[in-house]
Amino acid sequence: MNGKGANVGIVIVSHSPLVAQGTADMVRQMVGDCVPLAWCGGNVGGGLGTNVAGILKAIEEAWSDAGVVVFVDLGGAETNSEMAIEMLGAERAERVAICNAPLVEGAVIAAAEASGGASLSRVVATAEELSP
Amino acid sequence: MEVDRALVLGLIEACREIIARHADHLSELDRAIGDGDHGTNMRRGCEAVYADRETLAGLPFPQAVERMGMTLVMSIGGAAGPLYGTLLLEIGRNLAAGDGAVSFGDALGPAVEAVARRSRAKEGEKTLLDVLYPVRAEVVRRTALPDIADRADASAQRTIAMKAMRGRASFLGDRSIGHMDPGAFSCALLTTAICRHLMEYRPA
Repeated sequence: MNGKGANVGIVIVSHSPLVAQGTADMVRQMVGDCVPLAWCGGNVGGGLGTNVAGILKAIEEAWSDAGVVVFVDLGGAETNSEMAIEMLGAERAERVAICNAPLVEGAVIAAAEASGGASLSRVVATAEELSP
Repeated sequence: MEVDRALVLGLIEACREIIARHADHLSELDRAIGDGDHGTNMRRGCEAVYADRETLAGLPFPQAVERMGMTLVMSIGGAAGPLYGTLLLEIGRNLAAGDGAVSFGDALGPAVEAVARRSRAKEGEKTLLDVLYPVRAEVVRRTALPDIADRADASAQRTIAMKAMRGRASFLGDRSIGHMDPGAFSCALLTTAICRHLMEYRPA
């Protein structure tokens, strides 16, 4: 019943590929593979930064009909994620939320919540409780 | 608006050239108050547009501008990608929607608002909007090209005294004062390059 599409997906976006991948590893260890998960880190040149095409691809990878939560580190990651979400088209964009929570803690707690089948708004709210 | 193939190619080359020439300086400005990659990011974006120039020159002008915007979004990265990308995507869409009856100033107006929405910044917060707003005002007023370029340059200079309220630079608070905003500077450079090219351009 928890097949792909049933649980909210998680996307990690960091300026650093290592941070993004490491965070995704932590999430995987916490919840196994019952939550769709993808990460994106670095710019298109392979350096530190973020890029829209990569974020779009990660959202597609972690796509769930229940929705997708995106975690970002710094400013450009958020702006690029917003742009990527708009490019999904209005209908799918509505099911993607950028979560205002710390990247690592937020993603882990959101994944735990999502693994229990919680709704998109519930997953976002739980992770955002971590923010002051 | 009549825009021929040679003009599009010339504008693309002029923008690429001025950013390449100032890329190191842009990154230096960004190192002072950001993450130091604005020059390399902008150069990557301009090179990507340049690589696509033959296709762009073959398109109707509104579609060419929209396609340039998408290329910038996909290649610049940082926050500048979505901001410059949004500007061009919106200008292109506005021109296309006007079906030839819309002036560049009319298309630029709402496009600058779209950039402001995307950046959630206002005028005076030390961003590229501090150049875009004055440039838009001059374009709408149909100011002469050299004066538009001068206004863009003066507007970038004015960001030196501002305190950053948005983006990475805002983390520095008062320490951001005394440094020119790299986004404002790249915007002034591009405006200058475009104005100069339009001044010198003579249709064949």
